[in-house]
Amino acid sequence: MTSCHFAEEPIKKVAIFGGTHGNELTGVFLVKHWLEDDAEIQRAGLEVKPFITNPRAVKKCSRYIDCDLNRVFNLENLGKTRSEDLPYEVRRAQEINHLFGPKNSEDSYDIIFDLHNTTSNMGCTLILEDSKNDFLIQMFHYIKMSLDPLPCYIYLIEHPSLKYATTRSIAKYPVGKEFPSCAIEVYKIMEKVDYPRNESGEIAAFIHPNLQDQDWKPLHPGAPVFLTLDGKTIPLDGDRTVYPVFVNEAAYYEKKEAFAKTTKVTLHAKRICSSLH
Amino acid sequence: MCSLPVPREPLRRVAVTGGTHGNEMSGVYLARHWLREPGELQRPSFSAIPVIANPEATAACRRYVGRDLNRTFTSLFLNTRATADDPYEVTRARELNQLLGPKASGKAFDFVLDLHNTTANVGTCLIANAEHNVFAMHLCRHLQLQSPELPCRVFLHQLPGEESYSVNSVAKNGMVLELGPQPQGVLRADLFSRMRALVGSTLDFIELFNQGTAFSAFEMEAYRIVSPVDFPRTEDGDLAGTVHPQLQDRDFEPLQPGMPIFQMFNGKDVLYDRKTTLYPVFINEAAYYEKGIAFVQTEKLTLSVPALPALTPNPTTIP
Repeated sequence: MTSCHFAEEPIKKVAIFGGTHGNELTGVFLVKHWLEDDAEIQRAGLEVKPFITNPRAVKKCSRYIDCDLNRVFNLENLGKTRSEDLPYEVRRAQEINHLFGPKNSEDSYDIIFDLHNTTSNMGCTLILEDSKNDFLIQMFHYIKMSLDPLPCYIYLIEHPSLKYATTRSIAKYPVGKEFPSCAIEVYKIMEKVDYPRNESGEIAAFIHPNLQDQDWKPLHPGAPVFLTLDGKTIPLDGDRTVYPVFVNEAAYYEKKEAFAKTTKVTLHAKRICSSLH
Repeated sequence: MCSLPVPREPLRRVAVTGGTHGNEMSGVYLARHWLREPGELQRPSFSAIPVIANPEATAACRRYVGRDLNRTFTSLFLNTRATADDPYEVTRARELNQLLGPKASGKAFDFVLDLHNTTANVGTCLIANAEHNVFAMHLCRHLQLQSPELPCRVFLHQLPGEESYSVNSVAKNGMVLELGPQPQGVLRADLFSRMRALVGSTLDFIELFNQGTAFSAFEMEAYRIVSPVDFPRTEDGDLAGTVHPQLQDRDFEPLQPGMPIFQMFNGKDVLYDRKTTLYPVFINEAAYYEKGIAFVQTEKLTLSVPALPALTPNPTTIP
């Protein structure tokens, strides 16, 4: 038997979420299809459950009903007393936590894949919340290799002051088959940049045509970032090159994010294997 | 073919409407800008007024609140008595009919230019009701000539015998500028600039006409609506497949019998089974899923547009 870093139980239960945002249709229609015919997502020894997380928003084809479901999975919301006065998405988060969690417990699902779309030109993106998790790094490495030569970018959103409280965080992550140690390049979030606004808070400049659709491409200090209504260019401040993501995502106008600055980082994962062999 | 009467007086009352659909951002931001700074809309012989056609939908960044405003300018809605249950857009349509109309009356505005975006890859698309609208056809030609490097296609959207229903139909004449692709709720600087320039050129054309310019007859390609095609659906009415990757983004390109049009979620392809080649437009427009439209079939025509005579006795002819 090989010895390895993690010798825990193999993964038994996986969930695939679609419709966390009701208007992000790839996940909605994939999950709806798999709910009818799940042959292509089944694997030996694994229970894979497709699930529509925000059915009311899906029916309405809007991102959310009361608030963003993908921002409410924190312990405070999950612990509130269930009541009709709570926003729909908070009540829904509590139901999802009960079905697939509870968060931080032994009974929770092992992995959750949450499927999203963006209006930004980000291609294929995997979002990672934990830079220390060997299993996840190994899994992302595997996915990247499988998709090659199609580019697959990894966005690391772990940040001391960033609280996402997403659906992803309620599962735990034990290990699988042996994979040798590996390294992956990821784009780590530095900060979010809002649109320039006027005194009334309205957007006063838009994403510059040179930045539009240029997610993941290096953006150098002094390069155009915003264009005002009267044709003035606002350049990138600071003294370092950054990698912009979520450039001009429709749903982020209200979150005051025109794009996010990231920096390239290499993450390493140790060799991993399951405990069964 | 008989033509719609061309204007015999200068066009004085012109409006530019944005936010007819509140999530089509080029028009929303242009109209908001012009409401603060109307200078760009002024010409020597007239000034265009900017209007946010659907303020509530615009504030909510949605296509509409109760019903699609741009399908509400029919006599069914405009001429019936108001009730407490009327959807917001019905009330608003009546207000706009008072402001810019009344429709089909001598008091209506001379011209309304309505600004739209689509998620479909239509590029720059000029939407007029029909080819007998000689003034609108000359305007389209003028816009095409201003940007010869950019394909600028003319789409004739009204079916024969169909009652007009759009914002611009309340005025004596009107047209739609439709730019895509742009996701709902997103403002792209390139489309914003292009829309702004197209509005400027439209007002320049009206100014030229008002100053006594005559415009010669010409020929022009246009795409005339034939019929829409819906997505393949399940018995519940949900999507069973979506636009095929080989049709996606191919607006205005010929669609021949046997070409794939839909990809079912079970992996099968659906092929185009019409006997003739048609030209699909509005392929995979987000707002049309609920209208049962995956794309609109059009036929390509060559229009022979007669001359647009000058207003004054001493015309300056522009070829």
